Amino acid sequence: MSFGSLDLNTTWFILIGVLFTGYAMLDGFDLGVGALHLFTREDEERRTLLNAIGPVWDGNEVWLVTGGGALFAAFPNVYATVFSGFYLAFVLLLVALIFRAVAIEFRSKKPMRWWRQMWDAGFAAGSLLSSFLIGVAMGNIAWGVPIDARGEFAGTFWTLLKPYPIMLGITTVALFMMHGAIYLLLKTDGPLHVKLRGWINNTIIFFIICYAVTTMATLLYVPHMATRVRTNPWLFSIVLLNMLAIANIPREIHRGRDWRAFLSSCTAMIALMGLFGLEMYPNLVLSDPVANSLNIHNAASSPKTLGIMLTIALIGMPIVLAYTVSIYWIFRGKVKLDKMSY
Amino acid sequence: MNVLTLSRIQFTLTIAFHYIYPPLSIGLGVMLVLMEALWLATDKPIYHQMARFWTKVFALTFAIGVATGIVMEFEFGTNWATYSRYVGDVFGSALAAEGIFAFFLETGFLAVLLFGWDRVGRKVHFLSTCMVCLGAHFSAVWIIAANSWMQTPAGFHILGEGLTARAEITDFWAMVFSASFTDRLFHTLCGAWQAGAFLVVSVSAWYLLKNRHREFARASLRLGLAVALAASLLQLVSGHSSARGVAKNQPVKLAAFEGLYNTSSNAPLSLFGWVDEKNEKVIGPRVPGLLSYLAYDSTGAPVAGLRQAAPAPQDRPPVNLTFQFFHLMVAIGFAMIVISALGFLFFWRGSLFEKRWLLWLLVLSVLGPQIANQAGWFAAELGRQPWIVQGLLRTSEGLSAVVKANTVLTSILLFSVLYVLLFAVFAYLLNDKIQHGPDDADLLPSGKLALPERNKP
Repeated sequence: MSFGSLDLNTTWFILIGVLFTGYAMLDGFDLGVGALHLFTREDEERRTLLNAIGPVWDGNEVWLVTGGGALFAAFPNVYATVFSGFYLAFVLLLVALIFRAVAIEFRSKKPMRWWRQMWDAGFAAGSLLSSFLIGVAMGNIAWGVPIDARGEFAGTFWTLLKPYPIMLGITTVALFMMHGAIYLLLKTDGPLHVKLRGWINNTIIFFIICYAVTTMATLLYVPHMATRVRTNPWLFSIVLLNMLAIANIPREIHRGRDWRAFLSSCTAMIALMGLFGLEMYPNLVLSDPVANSLNIHNAASSPKTLGIMLTIALIGMPIVLAYTVSIYWIFRGKVKLDKMSY
Repeated sequence: MNVLTLSRIQFTLTIAFHYIYPPLSIGLGVMLVLMEALWLATDKPIYHQMARFWTKVFALTFAIGVATGIVMEFEFGTNWATYSRYVGDVFGSALAAEGIFAFFLETGFLAVLLFGWDRVGRKVHFLSTCMVCLGAHFSAVWIIAANSWMQTPAGFHILGEGLTARAEITDFWAMVFSASFTDRLFHTLCGAWQAGAFLVVSVSAWYLLKNRHREFARASLRLGLAVALAASLLQLVSGHSSARGVAKNQPVKLAAFEGLYNTSSNAPLSLFGWVDEKNEKVIGPRVPGLLSYLAYDSTGAPVAGLRQAAPAPQDRPPVNLTFQFFHLMVAIGFAMIVISALGFLFFWRGSLFEKRWLLWLLVLSVLGPQIANQAGWFAAELGRQPWIVQGLLRTSEGLSAVVKANTVLTSILLFSVLYVLLFAVFAYLLNDKIQHGPDDADLLPSGKLALPERNKP
């Protein structure tokens, strides 16, 4: 298929952004549920939390896998530099994701208390660590990491642990916790639902504090992540949309319109990722020195490959979206535990 | 140890462990489709009970397959960054296609397969099972396409030189359908079908030995043996065709498979043996001319030897290791045919259930495809050495430039501990499910499944 004069590099910058945003919106609530898991002590309630995400978390994680594959194919230099440069961080992320996955699967297979406690801890720790590391990785590519003239990472594991990326990691945890709590409101009823309503304010407050601190830190210490909005004031509308969406969450929760709260949370994520992308563009990884940054041109695959991949995406993604929606539809409504449940 | 050795150990460890599970998912996927199809066709509750039981086993293998699969996708970048830059344009697109066409399909419909029993009707559930099975097969298609390109690169050109050289696609379909692709895909899928079918055979035979769940075991065994025999026979065809492809496209690998050092007509086939790499000869029984005949249909046809095809020793794979893995795979391949044929024969005659020795053999048969699948991949990948992409990029050149030996050692230790733990839990839970056996409640479908399709509003 030929795409004429379409700027394929920019298109793929956007598509990768879409895949990772999809991941944040979907697996974000799974990770958030994991982070909240230990706050309830009742076995029955923990099972309900697990089964709220039970049928869908696997598919949600595929957004990350496909995002990684797409990054490999479209921008191999970014994939190679970031994955080899952030080696230990990514290995830890893998270990965390594995723990999360198998903990969900294994926890309810045996009734012993120690068995369930062990996997509950694994589930919570895996979810928290995954969210945190994803945030730290984003913080680093925005702050800028040392990249040499060959395009290789020139720092160490400790280079990655600067305060700003850590703050972004904590903010990601907070965002996912809030998102997960809202999702759980949709999927639960009875006493657990009432309990969750009590938690939700705390998660919102936690997120808003983190968000405010991160925003201030960005303006003060990472001013290049605000340049585009500063020079194009109309883009401030996205900032405004983001803030309104966040402000709308407690309002909708208060009125018992949980669905709208969930949509607001999704909107906030889209706006946040949109702003992140806008400020990064055309760079994918900022470097210190800036001249070595990896961008959509020096890190990309050939136009031919980008075109082939776009064809694949155009065929595949509508089908994926269609059956993803159908599957969420089949599993709509409140969680009921039965013998197939976790 | 240096970074190269450590990175190779890590890749071997993680891929070998991962590869226990995808073949089981693919094979059990086929078994589940057949069981549900039989249930829909005959309306016999025993098939519903079978589908329910094997779904639980499937869920277990699938979960670990997914969890360990993500490691593979990240590892190209973490440990083999130079390789990733070199092949990203080609290899990356196959991997991304796997995500979009296979993983979404598999995991999406898995939800309905596992949790949808009482929520959807029979036909929708059957459709979901088919989609999960199809997704698992698609996944094999794309990953074998990517790996086959590393064996027989096609549809690309090289841009730049030295450190900045990289492969770029010139023809997507030529890249996907590289010379070895169809043979290797078929060969891998047969191995996966065997893995699934022999698991069903093994568990059913064990129930019969222990005199438990007799009716369930009998029905599972019949289906399992039929698929196992068919897949084992097909495997013979695909193995032969695959080896001919290797002879044509990767003569060095074929020479290593057989420890053939001198190009010779009337080339012999070793039954088993030991390659004395120092003196460049094979010790063991050989059938003269058979290799020439199998590869080129004529005992007089010359088969390339290592001295001629790869004169420099540093261009050769580790010959004895490759030889051993290859012969192990072939030997097990034939054993699987014999075992499944015996099982099928005596089942058909009705005397299988008195033959305890054969039932025990069937119980153990589950290990066959597992070992052969591993050995086959070891032979295929070792036989390509010292290349990571045949003839283009050496394995030693594909490493990450910035990763240190200690770092890799740390991650090897982490993965080893984690995988030992995972395997222990897997074995424990699998055993638990087998001990528990099928649920008698599953003889009565519940929820929407209970309604016969035709009476639905």
